[in-house]
Amino acid sequence: MGKGKRAHFDPSRPPLSSADIMSKPDLPHDHTPPALYRPKPEGSPRNQGEHLIEDTPIGVLITTYMSYFFLIVFGHVRDFFGMRFKKAEYKNLLEQNGYAPLSSGFDTFYHRRLYMRIRDVFNRPITGVPGRTVQLLDRESKDFNKTYQFSGKTTEVLNLSSYNYLGFAQSQGPCADAVETTIKKYGVSIGSSRMEVGTLDLHQETEALVARFIGCEDSMIVSMGFATNSTTIPALVHKGCLILSDELNHASLIYGARISGATVRTFKHNDAKDLEVVLRKSIANGQPRTHRPWKKILIIVEGLYSMEGSIVNLPDIVALKNKYKCYLYLDEAHSIGAMGPNGRGICDYFGVDPLEVDVMMGTFTKSFGASGGYIAGRKELIDLLRVHNYSSVHAEAITPPILQQINTSLRIIAGEEGGDEGKTRIAQLARNARFFSAGLRKLGFIVYGDTDSPVVPLLLFHPAKIPAFSREMLKRGIAVVVVGYPATPIITSRVRFCLSAAHTIEDLTYALQVISDIGDEMVLKVSQLRPVADEE
Amino acid sequence: MSTYGLPPPLLVNGFARDLADSLVVAVNTTVAVAGQLYTYLPGHRILALYVRASYQNDPYRTLLEVGLIVFMVWYVLREKYKPGKKNLELPLSEKEVQELIDEWEPEPLVAPLSDVQRMDLDKAPIINGPSGPKVKLADGKERLNLASYNFLGALNQESTKEKAIAALRKYGVGTCGPCGFYGTIDVHMELEKEIARFMGVQDAIVYSQGFSTIGSVIPAFSKRGDIIVADEGVNFAVQIGLRISRSKVKYFKHNDMADLERVLQQVAREHRAKKNKPLTRRFIVAEGLYIDHGDICPLPEILALKHKYKYRLILDESFSIGVLGNQRGSGVCEHFGIERDGNVDITAATTANSVGAAGGFCCGTREIVEHQRLGGQGYVYSASLPAILAASAIEGIKYIESHPEQLALLRGHATVFRAALRKNLTGGGPPAMVDIEGEECSPVVHIRLIGGGGGDIAAMRSSSSATAAVAAAAAAARAEEDRVLQDVVDEVLRNGVLVTRAKYVEDHDAMIARPRPSIRVALSAAHSRKEVEKAASVVSAALKKVLKARR
Repeated sequence: MGKGKRAHFDPSRPPLSSADIMSKPDLPHDHTPPALYRPKPEGSPRNQGEHLIEDTPIGVLITTYMSYFFLIVFGHVRDFFGMRFKKAEYKNLLEQNGYAPLSSGFDTFYHRRLYMRIRDVFNRPITGVPGRTVQLLDRESKDFNKTYQFSGKTTEVLNLSSYNYLGFAQSQGPCADAVETTIKKYGVSIGSSRMEVGTLDLHQETEALVARFIGCEDSMIVSMGFATNSTTIPALVHKGCLILSDELNHASLIYGARISGATVRTFKHNDAKDLEVVLRKSIANGQPRTHRPWKKILIIVEGLYSMEGSIVNLPDIVALKNKYKCYLYLDEAHSIGAMGPNGRGICDYFGVDPLEVDVMMGTFTKSFGASGGYIAGRKELIDLLRVHNYSSVHAEAITPPILQQINTSLRIIAGEEGGDEGKTRIAQLARNARFFSAGLRKLGFIVYGDTDSPVVPLLLFHPAKIPAFSREMLKRGIAVVVVGYPATPIITSRVRFCLSAAHTIEDLTYALQVISDIGDEMVLKVSQLRPVADEE
Repeated sequence: MSTYGLPPPLLVNGFARDLADSLVVAVNTTVAVAGQLYTYLPGHRILALYVRASYQNDPYRTLLEVGLIVFMVWYVLREKYKPGKKNLELPLSEKEVQELIDEWEPEPLVAPLSDVQRMDLDKAPIINGPSGPKVKLADGKERLNLASYNFLGALNQESTKEKAIAALRKYGVGTCGPCGFYGTIDVHMELEKEIARFMGVQDAIVYSQGFSTIGSVIPAFSKRGDIIVADEGVNFAVQIGLRISRSKVKYFKHNDMADLERVLQQVAREHRAKKNKPLTRRFIVAEGLYIDHGDICPLPEILALKHKYKYRLILDESFSIGVLGNQRGSGVCEHFGIERDGNVDITAATTANSVGAAGGFCCGTREIVEHQRLGGQGYVYSASLPAILAASAIEGIKYIESHPEQLALLRGHATVFRAALRKNLTGGGPPAMVDIEGEECSPVVHIRLIGGGGGDIAAMRSSSSATAAVAAAAAAARAEEDRVLQDVVDEVLRNGVLVTRAKYVEDHDAMIARPRPSIRVALSAAHSRKEVEKAASVVSAALKKVLKARR
């Protein structure tokens, strides 16, 4: 690893790994952390929404549409001539020897004509731990991003891209030590599904721990976060049921809703008023065509929306759910561990009783530095899911090393191990998130989301700025995630910063400085809001 | 003119005449104005002449014609009555809506467990310590494990553990992100290369869960309007993929090539019948070794049909990699001596079984793989496979390749186990109580009761003659069969061998029936010949004991 050149932010000091910071709780901080979140009184409407999603300035809107217009026209012209003169390169889009094309030109237009131009800013391979810094494998392309050649060298950069909220992506420290012991004792894998012969004592122990941490009666761990959603929803609802889904819900929730066979309706992102309108109409009208009453209605929301940085309006949604006798499914993929004064997610943040939420779902990929997901809730629910969830019956059980990582990191967060370390990490993340997002807003960028969110999306708008921003940041030693259509609406391409407890204030100050410089060059400071005043 | 009280009869006539006259005047003016406007239109002269002439001949006729035109416009513009559409949805008053809401009583979120589900839950074994050829259960006693998919014995080898620890110390545990966002680690690329080489294809892509792999692969290629012809015996993961693809899915009888050809011909006929129909993508979906039946797909015949009718082949090899093949154990292609590249278009499999790690992969040509890096849902929207498991998978593949003797041993075990079971149950003759399913050399053995009659509710529902009573009877019969088999499993467990009933989800929307209840034995090359013989005698003794008690 030592071969890699270090293009980064503080040449005078070797970069610390996240482990260095985290295992020394008495490391001096330049800024004392601000007070922890105070859970707001239950049910009170929060005065959010105003700065959550700022309108796009009209000039930006027009030029963005123009950019896409040119890209699309150029793409079609190239397709037109390419398909006639360079048939070999287009053979997958053309009928060949009686076989229909593997993918239609229309479906893959975006991929071929827009994505391929900027493919170098996605799927950047790494090596080592994705902690405070990350080591990128240097690569270059000689054929316009069709293939890449690796030079064998690596570059270490500041990592503002991994979901390493609490800094548990570590190869040293208590978690890694525990995992090593577990590999020696339990091995790597199990070779069966949970319901057949894939349940170890370690599963039972960790599931009890998770249930206690979330504040529910029981819990179940699934070997993949995506599958936790996609195989649990069909176990709960089926034909004749209704799913009310936030319009910006994650793909895994949509996948699960689709296999379930239930009717799916969406409501406006995080808008409890719209949800109530849809609810009233749906209950009154019943099922489509037959008008039979719905068997059950399941509202599906996420705790923290990772593309918008918005925190779900949980108190209002819980009130609605109780008023209209629906069930609530809360996906805490990004919020568990990262939100709330005790790191116990959105319920902790708002001071809502977790048993008010019928299905608590979350993943261990993010804050816990592990993999897989969980479902927590009442005992009857978990009992049913154990025999009825597709993953529980058919998929491989989660493996012992991953379980151990969950187990140890959870105990640290809960304060059962490692003294104050869990509290320190939660406080550092909260401080970093507020510091960084307030800093960006002050600079005049359009930033979406809640000020407490550890995911901070900054709007880029123009398609050309997507690669430009990412490449410029990389040149200055920072790895960021840029996202555009189809992950976001076509107009609101963005860069998404993920903060971590492993970042220091110097890291973030440096990053803010760099972003400010690039923002000036690229005309990104287009917010028309007055900067948010400091709360202190 | 009096408008108050009853008008005298004479006056009525006068009133009518006045009204008609004023109307005529109005029409007159309208015509004049319209005429003015018409002068701007081409052909206005003819129209004006016509109107003027008709007005001169009969003023009332003009009135009638104007009325007709107004009626025509109204008729065209009015809201159409369509049954089943908006018109049925009479607007409800706020009060009615509130009443309906108050009246609505939802079902509970969680239905009570059925007896079989309760039994499944209570009797799921808990292993203390590692899984392997022998496991220690919660009661502290060691059992011979014939339930895990540890076909070649690659599970938890010391070399794998060492590689896993090395990966832990280099990469940590989680990858903290999807592949697209700094979640692709160099071990993933190494694993993909290793798989491609092992399978003999151009490229491969790694998913983070075996079960979800095929469910992402199928919808990535087969979209709405495309046609899939699938074997009836495919496992549940494949069925999920078929369901989510929204393609037109047709099934052929399990491993029945004549039926496959019949379905292919039927599709061809339907296609010919519709003119100007664009050529759609067509896929055949099959499994290398059917985990729900224990038999092997007749690949050469499928390939012949596939080439003849121009279909692409999607093959799930989750249970055949590291099981089938004589030299390297690379699956069903090697078993039949067929080149994979150019024949099987898309192969998906899990690395959780024979490979002894976790996760899954799909392999094929470079285009097939690259397409999934943006189109495979489970790849794009999920965190990548932890490096520990990727490193273990690399080691697992190496283990398979370097132990060809284990493949032969495994085949031997399968034959021995089946033969011993048959012999013990019948003393050489045909087994009278149970069916022993699966191919002779297949390490997956299904033991089903003869004459159990526990067909599936879904299958019953699909035939129109089924009544609720019939379905309920079938469900009861199935539950009874499950209970008997569980008794056998318990008895086997008491005698030191761990086997399991094949577990399925009771699915509301299943398109194909669940296989009949069975005890599924998965043999492993990690066992000795003696252990396999012992297991066979324990299983047959338990079967005899339980089934005798039942009679």
